[in-house]
Amino acid sequence: MSPRKRHRRASELKANAPVFAALGDPTRLALVAKLCRGQPYSISQLTEGSRLTRQAITKHLRVLEGVGIVHSVRAGRESMYKFDPQPIEELKQYLELVSKQWDEALSRLKAFVES
Amino acid sequence: MANDRIEKRIELKAPISRVWRALTDYREFGQWFRVKLDGPFVPGEVSRGHITYPGYEHLKWEAVVQKMEPERLFSFTWHPYAIDPNKDYSKETPTLVEFRLEKTPTGTLLLLTESGFDKIPSDRRLEAFRMNDGGWTEQMKNIENHVAQKTSSQGV
Repeated sequence: MSPRKRHRRASELKANAPVFAALGDPTRLALVAKLCRGQPYSISQLTEGSRLTRQAITKHLRVLEGVGIVHSVRAGRESMYKFDPQPIEELKQYLELVSKQWDEALSRLKAFVES
Repeated sequence: MANDRIEKRIELKAPISRVWRALTDYREFGQWFRVKLDGPFVPGEVSRGHITYPGYEHLKWEAVVQKMEPERLFSFTWHPYAIDPNKDYSKETPTLVEFRLEKTPTGTLLLLTESGFDKIPSDRRLEAFRMNDGGWTEQMKNIENHVAQKTSSQGV
């Protein structure tokens, strides 16, 4: 990996600060790890095997929902929670796009002043 | 400010005065940036124009010139990806683009920074991205092809 590419990666990581802040908690990280398996989970399923209360789990899920990496869908009387990788991907792609646009513009500038 | 910025550095085999002119003369800037500007850059004033890239001529270009320190620093603020003609971007926090020049034995070192992405609320950033995705993907492909052709024919 080139230094520039590495640098670009670093700024992308910073760009995702809110998402990473939301993940910077062992309980939420564990929740995401479970939700990453693909299928939606109910709060009861997520509370199972955890020492936390339903209310505590709900609170953590709200934080994850807030940054958009978890979505809830109503299934009858229960809410089911699903992992959504989109925000992380889109933030990365957004900065990559702006970055790429500059690469192209600067290469045109280079050709322009060196000709 | 340290959050969320894009930084580029590029060595140009041209004198610093040449690079300064390419950056700050609005006609020269327009040629490589692919934008037709209405008039010269003036610090503190809005620079207006429109994109000249084929198929995107309906898009406006707007920036506020910040600093022009001869052969050292040229900067402006703008709204990156403000490409939906029906949307008012003026309420959004702009990003700051800075071109810094340094003389080198072989020419000029150009340092480009675009900063302030962290001030754009992430939901709006996502919305902008979703909205513009199709158009930009297409345009990036066009630019890529064009640059590839140009570089192979020029041997740069």
